[in-house]
Amino acid sequence: MTSAPGLPATSAESDRSILADNLREFRENSLAVAAAGVVAVFALLAAFAPWIAPHDPYETDLFRRLLPPAWEQGGDWAFLLGCDALGRDVLSRLIFGSRVSIAVGLAVILIATTIGTLAGLAAGYLRGIPDAIISRLCDILLGFPYLIFAIGLIAMTGPGFQNIILALAYKEWVLPCRVVRGETLAAREMEYIEAARALGASRLHVMLREILPNILSPVIVVATFRMAHIIIVEASLSFLGIGIQPPVASWGSMVSDGREFLLDAWWVSTFPGVAILLLVLAINVASQGLRDAFDPRLQR
Amino acid sequence: MQLRTLIERILQLIPVLLGISIIVFAMITLTPGDPVEIMLGDQISTPEQEAALRRDMGLDLPVHERFFRFLSNALVGDFGNSFFHRRPVSDLILERLPATIELTLVAMLIAIGTAVPLGVVAAVKKGTLIDRIATVASIFGVSLPGFWFGLLLIMLFAVHWHILPVAGRIGYDFEVPKVTYLLLIDTILAGRLDSFLDALGHLILPAVTLGLPMGAILMRVTRTSMLEVLDQDYIAFAAAKGLGRMRILIRHALTNALIPTVTVAALETGSLLGGNMIVETIFGWPGLGRLVVEAIFSRNYPIIQTAVLLYAVTYVLLNFAADIVYTLLNPRVKL
Amino acid sequence: MTEAQMLKVRGLRTTFRTRHGAIKAVDGVDLDIGYGECLGVVGESGSGKSVAFASIMGLVRPPGRIEAGSIMFEDRELTTLDPREMQRLRGKEIAMTFQDALTALNPAFTVGNQIAETIITHDKSDGSKRDRIRRARARAVEMMTLVGIPDASRRVNDYPHQFSGGMRQRIMIAIALACRPKLLIADEPTTALDVTIQAQVLDLIAEIRATLGMSVVIITHDLGVVAEHCHRVLVMYAGQVVETGPTENVVAEPRHPYTSGLLRSIPRLNDRNARILPIKGTVPEPINLPDECRFRPRCPMSADGCRVPIAMRKIGHDREARCIFAGDEP
Repeated sequence: MTSAPGLPATSAESDRSILADNLREFRENSLAVAAAGVVAVFALLAAFAPWIAPHDPYETDLFRRLLPPAWEQGGDWAFLLGCDALGRDVLSRLIFGSRVSIAVGLAVILIATTIGTLAGLAAGYLRGIPDAIISRLCDILLGFPYLIFAIGLIAMTGPGFQNIILALAYKEWVLPCRVVRGETLAAREMEYIEAARALGASRLHVMLREILPNILSPVIVVATFRMAHIIIVEASLSFLGIGIQPPVASWGSMVSDGREFLLDAWWVSTFPGVAILLLVLAINVASQGLRDAFDPRLQR
Repeated sequence: MQLRTLIERILQLIPVLLGISIIVFAMITLTPGDPVEIMLGDQISTPEQEAALRRDMGLDLPVHERFFRFLSNALVGDFGNSFFHRRPVSDLILERLPATIELTLVAMLIAIGTAVPLGVVAAVKKGTLIDRIATVASIFGVSLPGFWFGLLLIMLFAVHWHILPVAGRIGYDFEVPKVTYLLLIDTILAGRLDSFLDALGHLILPAVTLGLPMGAILMRVTRTSMLEVLDQDYIAFAAAKGLGRMRILIRHALTNALIPTVTVAALETGSLLGGNMIVETIFGWPGLGRLVVEAIFSRNYPIIQTAVLLYAVTYVLLNFAADIVYTLLNPRVKL
Repeated sequence: MTEAQMLKVRGLRTTFRTRHGAIKAVDGVDLDIGYGECLGVVGESGSGKSVAFASIMGLVRPPGRIEAGSIMFEDRELTTLDPREMQRLRGKEIAMTFQDALTALNPAFTVGNQIAETIITHDKSDGSKRDRIRRARARAVEMMTLVGIPDASRRVNDYPHQFSGGMRQRIMIAIALACRPKLLIADEPTTALDVTIQAQVLDLIAEIRATLGMSVVIITHDLGVVAEHCHRVLVMYAGQVVETGPTENVVAEPRHPYTSGLLRSIPRLNDRNARILPIKGTVPEPINLPDECRFRPRCPMSADGCRVPIAMRKIGHDREARCIFAGDEP
């Protein structure tokens, strides 16, 4: 590739260093790094749940029914956070529950980000009819409040792991799509893109190799903070009983399990709620750190 | 000129609303399996009843005819019958609607009423303790799962301290004549302070739970845009004119800072509409959200379909209204 | 100076406390403004000229603070004046215009609204609120006509973005003059404007100064603007005054090397071949400044004697310069 003086030699190269700069800045934000650490701990718990969990999360034992946490009167140190109404170990169910939250969050974000990014690139770069169709579709989907759309779909397709991921991803791609479309519209006017086009690079090459690496930062930011939201939505659906179905341990359904025992067994509902709060909070704080590092305009 | 552009804006709504109807219609149409069988489930029914239901839902017609029937019926408020309740869907929904409207409006008032002043104070006192507390509260607000936060409030205020009721909309002893169907207003119209306070007591926890995420986001947006505005030359110029501090903050700064807040507020009403189902379920609030959740379990498709359509149309219209307000606040943008 | 001064500033010091240390933005400034006088204040950005006048207006924002000095406006000491009194004085007795009217006017309100707002704020007369509003509105139109906005009675209801740059600048001047202030501080009144419009705006200010009999300060980095419009000039560098005197004398025969440098850097319209000579280097960060002549690192004539703090030296009866080579006895 030729490069005019003053222009970046190749976009990908210069951009990798922007991303690296951004990440360096992120590492200097100690709160955000700590939050990322918490997220990593949850990810490890999810990955190695069978080896970490002290008990079988599905093993019921009516003798342990509503056993309080270890430090409460009548607690048992073998069951640190107590047991639920069926005598299942709350801690083990919490650890296994992290799998559902993280798996659903990751899957939805991966699907939605991939589709949204490709659609946004196509809309922003090709313009014309593809843009009109994609943008109109985005407008229509944005007309549905998030949870309503998911509930409507699940009501039709029935609950279950796959159905939930699909129900959430159907609408979720709109956000990365809009961001990418906007960034692409701006990027296609840049000199290096014009240079690449003048050199006869194919559309696909320009979109994926020239533009995409340049707009990754905002895509990552959107993906992380949306993942926090999706984890809450999945938990909400499972809480309502139309998400992940029993007996699979999910944090939302665990909170629901404890609803009847708010007075005598607070721990059944409380701990899974704390787990959701912790994970979502950590993702949000880390995401905020990413945003501050990536977008100098927002730094205050 | 102004009117013409307004009409143009309204016309632009049509394709979006049409698209929404298509998607809502497709939700049922594309459902695998025979909807009649699924809907009847374990209920005992005669073949005649099944045939009637099939005809009622238009399942004997080709798809496009069914869609136009759905659309034209929807436009006149006919959403079919609920087989389960043996009543028109529109009746069922209208019955539940006031409770949901009251809850949502109060949640919105709480969210805006706390978020905007708090955002302004946080921006003006940037870097102080108040600012830090507000910022931390905001990030907690978006991270708290609403269903769990609601339970926590019940656990503390109702179960533990017995200050507020656990569930419902008003105590049996406090019923008042229905005029507007919004209890806070009806109790005042009836001149019954005790009933008003009872209704308020029932309302406060669900409304706070529902409004929390919206309030948290609005507070952040208000703070950020207020900080941006306070840095502008026109604020310094207003001070150079000899205006008072409050006048500068409220009239000159807040008017401009509210422009982005209005847009985000409208977008965030989505969290109120979606949150309805969860909050109404937790607090036993007899509104539309709970009707939908019940309908999901009884596979009552017409109700779900109608409710999803209603929520989506409401949301689109709210955002349209915010667009208009945005234009009024911001003379630089012509309608 | 012996005649009565409107504004008398002595030893003004304004400091910004930051994490990296205290920035002495204004460091011991003396200045006088007489009745009906037009003073030009010149310096590069960072010289402290804007902060000095923000201090006089009482508009220094934290972490900035006036640490020392006295500001006498007629018979009032502004540094110790009650904040409410100060607010009453701002816009009424001392008014200010900003560099860029586009950002200084509030985009959300009509220009008439913004002019009338100042008038109503300072209108302490009796009468119903409605009466005062009506009077302020009428006065707003009057002011717009005075600053030369055609068709003022109709345009009073337009928003700032509906005006051209020059017209916007005029509106800002109208706002500043709405209460007939005794002193107008014009901060970079021409920087944001095209050359042709620059002259119009400066002429307008001069004209109104004559009509209303007020004093004017023009803050600028362009010595050319001062040369044409101001009676006296004050040159600032790194928070200090480095030269002051009647404009024609200073321009004809500068006594501080910084002033000479500024003069050389003015583009001359009538001589296309004359080279513009920018001053080498930049204004030093006004943080932990060494105890020496602040211009020394950039000065073409620096000598060993410049390594100590330099005081202002009198030149004749009406000039001063902060240079060891200036003064009556070199």
